[in-house]
Amino acid sequence: MSVAALAVLTQTGWKRWSAYRSAALAGAVTNTVFGLIKAAITMGAVGAAGGTLAGYGAIEGATYAWLAQALIAPVNVFWSNDLVDRIRSGDIAVDLSRPVDPQLAYLCADLGRAAFSLVPRGAPPLLVGALVTGLALPGQLLPYVLGMVSVVLAVVVSFACRWLVSLAAFWLIEMRGAATLYLMTSNILCGLVVPVHWFPGWMAAVAAATPFPSMLQAPIDVIMGRVTGVDALGVVGVQIAWAAGVLLAGRLVWTLGTRKLVVQGG
Amino acid sequence: MTTTPTAGEQIVHARGLTRDFVVRSGGWRRTKRVVRAVVDLDLDIVAGEAVGYIGANGAGKSTTIKMLTGILSPSQGTVRTCGYDPRRSRRALAREIGVVFGQRSQLWWDLPLRESYRVLAAIHRLGPGHRERLDELIEALDLEAFLDTPVRQLSLGQRIRGEIAAALLHSPRLLVLDEPTIGLDVLSKERLRAFLVAERAAHGTTLLLTTHDMDDVQRLTDRIVVVDRGSVAYAGDLPGLVRRVGADRVIVLDLEEPTPPLADLPGTRLLATEHDGLRQRLALLPGSTAAAVLAEVAGRAPLRDLTIEEPDVEDVVRRLYATQRAGG
Repeated sequence: MSVAALAVLTQTGWKRWSAYRSAALAGAVTNTVFGLIKAAITMGAVGAAGGTLAGYGAIEGATYAWLAQALIAPVNVFWSNDLVDRIRSGDIAVDLSRPVDPQLAYLCADLGRAAFSLVPRGAPPLLVGALVTGLALPGQLLPYVLGMVSVVLAVVVSFACRWLVSLAAFWLIEMRGAATLYLMTSNILCGLVVPVHWFPGWMAAVAAATPFPSMLQAPIDVIMGRVTGVDALGVVGVQIAWAAGVLLAGRLVWTLGTRKLVVQGG
Repeated sequence: MTTTPTAGEQIVHARGLTRDFVVRSGGWRRTKRVVRAVVDLDLDIVAGEAVGYIGANGAGKSTTIKMLTGILSPSQGTVRTCGYDPRRSRRALAREIGVVFGQRSQLWWDLPLRESYRVLAAIHRLGPGHRERLDELIEALDLEAFLDTPVRQLSLGQRIRGEIAAALLHSPRLLVLDEPTIGLDVLSKERLRAFLVAERAAHGTTLLLTTHDMDDVQRLTDRIVVVDRGSVAYAGDLPGLVRRVGADRVIVLDLEEPTPPLADLPGTRLLATEHDGLRQRLALLPGSTAAAVLAEVAGRAPLRDLTIEEPDVEDVVRRLYATQRAGG
């Protein structure tokens, strides 16, 4: 596939999502309202722990909550994926009749979607957070630059995981169980509820063995400057490894799935 | 890479093509059943041909098309499409063929129709020259009025025209249409057929068409392949099929006054009389003409009106199935 084709597919992902502005607005309001609740709970937890908890003060805890809310849409922490529907309805046949690599084409579309949602879905929670609790963010430029790289990688890891899980639709007619299980596990282990650094040792070990912290905890750590320098590069390196590994797994499973493909509905 | 089709070049070459599906059913006691969708099918299509691929629902038409286009792997047998092994070279083949699945969309649902062509041009790596081709298709399919309308707001007729343009934008050598006229009204069908006839005349595109609409077959194809339970039941032209199953054209005579049954008209077989012989239906036997029959009728009874019913191909296929099953 040519770079031009990838660029157009990315742009198309952006355009598809920008067609629904009121949905973006509703999502931003929801993320912000939940941000208020989560920031309050997080600050309460930090206060109850005596002012700091695993390196988070009250404002740092609130900042974590606001950044997590801002990244929900771009990283697509909640399930939303056309692929399951396309496999189930048989529309996957249309994707297969195009001269494109389906995984790469879907990844581009997802990056375009993420790029669109970054500002409309990300800015409102951060602005409200800055006004209501204040944000503890670094004063240098580097964490933000590296942070953007980390966010892009988080989007790729999230896409790769959802792609892989969606492929179960080649074998399962009913995907709701698998999707729910994935959502519960990934939402907790990515650090959406509380930072991964607050997990008890055994749970932190489980999380570290999954790609999920790379979807949310990692970019937030980089942006907040919790990890800097070589450590920050290490976090990004782990993200790259997960992105590559899960994408590769997705390709293998795709090959198996299309081999036994039953195109539903003729 | 697009090459001009040379006469006699094989576009589709399938031998012994077979596809089984495993159907699982039941709750606790799972049962597995193997359904043979396509069985030992041979199919040849040469460049420039227009082939109608017909059969009842579930006869194996769509499965065959998906194997020809690299979407499904055959369980057994070999197939080459435009010189490629479709499964191994799916993406290279996709540049040579255009596919329209009448019940599915290849357009971007949320975006203006125009956007779909922009994306398709990019993924097919079409140069700036594609604009000329797009303009040609916009003109011929009359898309101009709704190019800026999101696809989800298009009527079915508009969307299908948009789909056909999407399949033809990269000037494929083989156009595969899977039930393209399904659900369209008579006028829309007719316009689509006229377009396809003109398009093929201009570009020599090879056409493989599945349809339940026999007017499609008559207007668009020069050869038909009938599949039944996954195997070829007939391959040849339409008149040949009609002869083979013995389906006749029917003359319906409306007479001025009640007339005894016209049972002995040469070249015909009386099918029915109604209203004391005011209306009589006669099958026109092979070799006889409507004119000869009319001359004969004129000497016997005053004629008020007549209609000629062409054999309904759906019916012809049904008869073919019946004879096949009786014979084997």
